[in-house]
Amino acid sequence: MSKKALSVEPQPTPPVHIDLAAHPITMRLDGGLLAYLSKVAAVFAKDVRAELRGREIFTTMTAFGVLAVLIFGMAFDLRVPRSEMIAPGVLWGVVLFAGVLGLNRSFGAEVDRGTLPSLLLAPVDRSAIYFGKLFANLFFTLATAVVILVVMFFIFDLNLFQPYNLLAVLLGVTGYVGVGTLFAALTANNRARESMLPILLLPVMVPVFVAGVALTAGVLDGKAWEELNQWFGILAAFDAIFIVVAFLLFDLIWEDA
Amino acid sequence: MRSAVTHSYSVGWRSLDILQLVLGMLAVAAMTISMWAALYYAPPASNLAGDEQLAQRIFYIHMGCNIGALAGFLMSVIGSIVYLVKRDLDWDRVSQAAIEVGLICGMGTILTGMFWAKPTWNTYWTWDPRLTTSAITVLVYLAYLLFRNGIDNRHTRARFASIYALVAFLSVPLTFYSARLFRSIHPVIYGAENVDAQGGFSVGPTMTQALQINLLGFCILFSALLVLRWRQLRNEDAVAELREEIA
Repeated sequence: MSKKALSVEPQPTPPVHIDLAAHPITMRLDGGLLAYLSKVAAVFAKDVRAELRGREIFTTMTAFGVLAVLIFGMAFDLRVPRSEMIAPGVLWGVVLFAGVLGLNRSFGAEVDRGTLPSLLLAPVDRSAIYFGKLFANLFFTLATAVVILVVMFFIFDLNLFQPYNLLAVLLGVTGYVGVGTLFAALTANNRARESMLPILLLPVMVPVFVAGVALTAGVLDGKAWEELNQWFGILAAFDAIFIVVAFLLFDLIWEDA
Repeated sequence: MRSAVTHSYSVGWRSLDILQLVLGMLAVAAMTISMWAALYYAPPASNLAGDEQLAQRIFYIHMGCNIGALAGFLMSVIGSIVYLVKRDLDWDRVSQAAIEVGLICGMGTILTGMFWAKPTWNTYWTWDPRLTTSAITVLVYLAYLLFRNGIDNRHTRARFASIYALVAFLSVPLTFYSARLFRSIHPVIYGAENVDAQGGFSVGPTMTQALQINLLGFCILFSALLVLRWRQLRNEDAVAELREEIA
């Protein structure tokens, strides 16, 4: 029996093996840039649709963000004379902590529902999954940041809807989810997933945090572009370096899946 | 199967034993000479008195620990890259051993720095870019060790840890750069005493010799600990594989 099984098995494998070498590449990269972008858009649309039906990422992040702003508001109320003094730290601290919740769900939900294997079976390059997830996380986190800014407008009586500050939030959150999506994929199957992601992610995020705090503080102090552009440079460099690195490394994560 | 396993671990057993013995004895000798150079050979600083005069001798040990941390974190990047290219678990063990030894040295750098800073700067801690970066770096690599703990499959663990080690290492220069820019915009007042920033600039010839002895001594200590830990990890895996075979 076993000898027969052994002699039968290798026969189908060689042609399949050759097919594997030839086909997925044409399927994965077929159609040039536009087709690639449509695959990224498909992953993005899937995540947004799942969110519209399940409501577990944006709602959790926003609820936590609002709560955290209120807690910081109460905690500093009696000791800090002017809210401008703590607003930059509160904004970036809350965005970073709230973002972790969403990033955890990004791949965690796929693992919990058992949909990760089917996502990986999709005939697209793994980097398309990365970018689709990245844009979805960017979308959710930016939406959360807008809500946090609105709450801060009322609680701290500060208008942070200023062009340079919004640009800082956009660039900072881009770098944040760029690394966060990669780390979320790394921790999705970890035994201590929920607590592991912030421990991995937050120390790496120090440049984003420092630059974000400096930019928001600079905007509140009414600084000009010449004083802020170095910080935008740091954020842009961070985004570029880490999205490229994540794009290169993402393929390695599920190579045995 | 069985012969393959034993074979892969028995290669170079004897020569590694000798290497480890030699390195261990060298490390003991090197640390003895280093301590002598730091505490007796190096002259007292010409411009200091009292507690500061005594505390400046921490400098040699502080820099020695620092070179160990630097060597460990650089070594982990090499180990991670070679692992991802060759998929040889020995290189993942190099990474892990280097980070563990580097972490001890990094914590030693921070602790000696704090004990030195109290009499000199009159504070244990400031948000100087060097201090910020060293603290964040230690946290990054502590996270690396915690992260490894949570993954059961040996090869997945090695692959994920290598990916994280690469990304984490790339963030360190950006952290330093942003911390420096942050401080230059919000100046922190701290003592003008900044010997480690100036290197040999404000250090006399005998002090330079003592420093070089310490740097070399700590490099030898680092190598001895690295080889020792690497072999421990190898033995651990060999035992685990034998257990699996029996089971």
